[in-house]
Amino acid sequence: MAVALVLVLIVVGSVLFHLLSPWWWTPIASNWGYIDNTIIITFWITGVVFSAVVLFMAYCVFRFRHREGSRAAYEPENKRLESSLTIITAVGVTALLVPGLFVWSRFVNVPSDATDVEVVGQQWQWSFRLPGKDGKLGISDTRDVSAENPLGVIASDPNGQDDVVVEAADLHLPVGKPVKMRLRSIDVLHDFYVPEFRAKMDMIPGSVTYFWFTPTRTGTFQVLCAELCGQGHPLMHGVVMVDTQQDYLAWLGQQQTFAQLSAPQQTGSADQAPGTMASGLKTAARLETVGSR
Amino acid sequence: MVDITPADGIPPAEIAEVELYHPHSWWTKYVFSQDAKVIAIQYSATATGIGLVALVLSWLMRLQLGFPGTFDFITPEAYYQFITMHGMIMVIYLLTALFLGGFGNYLIPLMVGARDMVFPYVNMLSYWVYLLAVLVLVSSFFAPGGPTGAGWTLYPPQAIMSGTPGGQDWGIILMLSSLILFIIGFTMGGLNYVVTVLQGRTRGMTMMRLPLTVWGIFTATVMALLAFPALFVACVMMLLDRVLGTSFFMPAISEMGAQLQHNGGSPILFQHLFWFFGHPEVYIVALPAFGIVSDLISTHARKNIFGYRMMVWAIVGIGALSFVVWAHHMYVSGMHPYFGFFFATTTLIIAIPTAIKVYNWVLTLWRGDIHLTIPMLFALAFIVTFVNGGLTGLFLGNVVVDVPLSDTMFVVAHFHMVMGVAPILVVFGAIYHWYPKATGRMLNETLGRFHFWVTFLGAYLIFFPMHYLGLMGIPRRYAELTDMTIMTESAHHLNSFISIMAFIVGFAQMVFLFNLIWSIRHGREAGGNPWRATTLEWQTPQTPPAHGNFGKDLPIVYRWAYDYSVPGAKEDFIPQNMPGSFGPSREPA
Amino acid sequence: MSVIIVFLLVIAGFAGWWLSHQGLMTKPWLEQGVASDLVGFDRSGLPTAKIGLGVFLAVVGCLFALFTSAYFMRMAVSDWQPLPLPRLLWLNTGVLVLSSIALQCTSVAARRGQIDTVRLGLAVAGLTALAFLIGQLMAWRQLTEDGYLLSSNPANSFFYLITGMHGLHIVGGMVGLGRTTAGAWSGARRERLRLGVELCAMYWHFLLFVWLAIFALLAGWAATFIDICRQLLT
Repeated sequence: MAVALVLVLIVVGSVLFHLLSPWWWTPIASNWGYIDNTIIITFWITGVVFSAVVLFMAYCVFRFRHREGSRAAYEPENKRLESSLTIITAVGVTALLVPGLFVWSRFVNVPSDATDVEVVGQQWQWSFRLPGKDGKLGISDTRDVSAENPLGVIASDPNGQDDVVVEAADLHLPVGKPVKMRLRSIDVLHDFYVPEFRAKMDMIPGSVTYFWFTPTRTGTFQVLCAELCGQGHPLMHGVVMVDTQQDYLAWLGQQQTFAQLSAPQQTGSADQAPGTMASGLKTAARLETVGSR
Repeated sequence: MVDITPADGIPPAEIAEVELYHPHSWWTKYVFSQDAKVIAIQYSATATGIGLVALVLSWLMRLQLGFPGTFDFITPEAYYQFITMHGMIMVIYLLTALFLGGFGNYLIPLMVGARDMVFPYVNMLSYWVYLLAVLVLVSSFFAPGGPTGAGWTLYPPQAIMSGTPGGQDWGIILMLSSLILFIIGFTMGGLNYVVTVLQGRTRGMTMMRLPLTVWGIFTATVMALLAFPALFVACVMMLLDRVLGTSFFMPAISEMGAQLQHNGGSPILFQHLFWFFGHPEVYIVALPAFGIVSDLISTHARKNIFGYRMMVWAIVGIGALSFVVWAHHMYVSGMHPYFGFFFATTTLIIAIPTAIKVYNWVLTLWRGDIHLTIPMLFALAFIVTFVNGGLTGLFLGNVVVDVPLSDTMFVVAHFHMVMGVAPILVVFGAIYHWYPKATGRMLNETLGRFHFWVTFLGAYLIFFPMHYLGLMGIPRRYAELTDMTIMTESAHHLNSFISIMAFIVGFAQMVFLFNLIWSIRHGREAGGNPWRATTLEWQTPQTPPAHGNFGKDLPIVYRWAYDYSVPGAKEDFIPQNMPGSFGPSREPA
Repeated sequence: MSVIIVFLLVIAGFAGWWLSHQGLMTKPWLEQGVASDLVGFDRSGLPTAKIGLGVFLAVVGCLFALFTSAYFMRMAVSDWQPLPLPRLLWLNTGVLVLSSIALQCTSVAARRGQIDTVRLGLAVAGLTALAFLIGQLMAWRQLTEDGYLLSSNPANSFFYLITGMHGLHIVGGMVGLGRTTAGAWSGARRERLRLGVELCAMYWHFLLFVWLAIFALLAGWAATFIDICRQLLT
């Protein structure tokens, strides 16, 4: 009796928790509302199945609990029941899978008007690179990474000279324009993750991965790393600001290109701020404060 | 290969080539024993011991997550070491070892009607190699630099780099060595479980008369034998990367401004190998649980398991399918995106046989005679948590839904519910069920009920709300959840609540351990067959079963394992070794 | 991962064939007694040790299939530079074939009960296997002297790893062979000796097969072969 009651309470409690609790996803800021819709469909189907199974169980426990002299029925199998349940399940699974695969095919096919934005992860900070006037990103190689060239842009590639390099600072994106995030890492696995954009993808040293999205509202969003990347992992935060076109261009105008950044090197000033080292040490120092807290 | 001899001509399933080993001294009887039952208890005790370490580690992690900044000694470094060791111990050294090494060793020979495993000496070695693996693992706590903090998935490159605790110290080396040892030890044991089911069955025990427990353990062992080599390969290659500087998994890397020597390796290759093992591993834990829970439900509802054939097919089907779904752990790993279509489809297909199993458990209850004993309670709790965890698997298996949810607390909640809580509940149910056979005494009922309610409800309260933290976008494997815009005040409160529940549930396990020890001497006398069950392990002449299990003659099996409440029979159960025909609807044999 | 999938399909084929003999479609609740209609559902007539070894070889096969899979995945990357195989490997292959043949003859002799031939065969097999191992070590030394070091290139790493793993399995086999040989000299029971010899032969043939496969793999023929298959398919 108590068991049946608890089972019912579990269903009721879970449903109420789902409906009433304050813990829900962050307001979306990209075009991936499709994903949210797919989650909603999944919640409905799975919620119905969960409630049905557990409530049925509660009923059985209540109705067929042991009493003096009672004896179980003898029924080894029931082919019709089993096959109809199989078919219903198959239908339910299809209803989950089909919309999911449709949205996935959108997710992996980047629209042709998307602009490239490169994200480079390293322990434990984010850097960015935007194509210059030619609209193309220059090629890069981890072997070319140095204090003066933190992203490892290959200097001999003319496409790379006018690339805008944003080292360990905020990324700005124009609202309403699709972007293809080209993801690179120069040390370990990272994952560029902005909860409000819904999309994420791992970054793998030695290869370039990607995802695309269109920012749909302006604002400031926090970037998190979603793939364990060493002890600084929880501190690897960054900022993406989605601007209006005007603000975006204003910001872009203030940024330095790869050619400008590597210019001082030619004049021989070796004391140029050792970017990579410094920022890595910055997080390391933060870690120490966490450790000694 | 099948030798068609008349059934009557098949010799009784004595161990033909190797005579049954007889211990000569205390040492060979209790320590270096070749008796599967003793080995089972050794396996279980070791697994429980190391499992307790993992439980304490989970408390330490929850302290940090629930009350950030309160406990100075839990640095991010320590947190990652706790999380890694907790995960690896729970999945491999506790669950795999307990289900296959513990329950497999104890139940397979008894249930198939054999005197022992077919290769008892190898079986003994299996345990000692396992113990060595555990010791190597534990030693990493005392090694310079401490254990590895790479996460239980041990993804390179970070696993062997200096930014990860233990990456450039002994931690990762000891972890990889321990895994290699575990796999060697497991292979020895696994050969025994498989070949004993193939060759050790007594007269009349056809495959279709086996209890589902044996089917579950048998299929899981076959899968483990084929899946663990992938982990072995990955471990050997990573060990070479770390120790000898090869570049299997290590591409060109610029670490903190310095170029490493490695070049040309592929981190994704490791993930493929790891998950090629890792996904079947989920079912290696789940299938024995499926099997055991089927038997618990059937016995305590006094009704045959509904749709036995379907259950067997589902076990075999799930086992086979689970080898072609591994990359659903890698949807956002940066592998070729078109793989997503294939793996999402296979993953959701596997939901169908799994759902059939759930229906059949519930339909076994329908029109049953449900005795709400403690094993039955745990079985019911298993169904609730397994259905919950299985359904959230449909979120994560559906490739595009996985994109926002992967690497968040949703994943943590999902896999704890489905392969942590659910199988552990089965372990508890199974212990309450078979403890009387192993010791001759019942576990204390009051303590048992207390243990059940706190564990079941507590675990549900821990992991059900955790899904919603994941839905908010809170990432997993964060040593601290501060400075995050998505992290609300209420979410911090929820985390504190989860931590407190974790302590309460952990405390209930201490009560359980006390019960286990106390009842050995003080429990109620059980008798040979306290649950009035049909399977062979309850029909042994002695309880606990003596060496050789079945006395002078092996039992002969006349019927399947589920003859409960057969119309026309006097009792509501007919043991498998009882001759005679019962029931109105039976065709002539 | 295609190699391991193909390997598992073969295993699944075996498993399916075996399962099809287990009466999975029967309704066990209708069958009572140990009647003759249950014939064939029982255990196999083969010695248990052979079945055990068979299962173990499936595991070993899985291991090497995975190495092969990993090799192919890495090979697909454009910077792949295979190392030149030393000529010595051909000789080693020959020696290993000899070893296998010797064990095959031994097992025929064991069946006939010719104990002297058995002893001779076991000794020849042991010595040739030892020669193979020494040959492999010499091939390693030759490569290191030519500058093909373990860690200088992924292809080199794979070469040492896979050949080393194969060598370790031969070493493990030598232990079994040693025990059988000791039995042959100290007068073990005839059936026992015969079983031991047959198990050794089975293991040797399997490792020879594995060696031929990885030799083809390391020499690059396997990749060519797969390319041809692929072209035929498309």
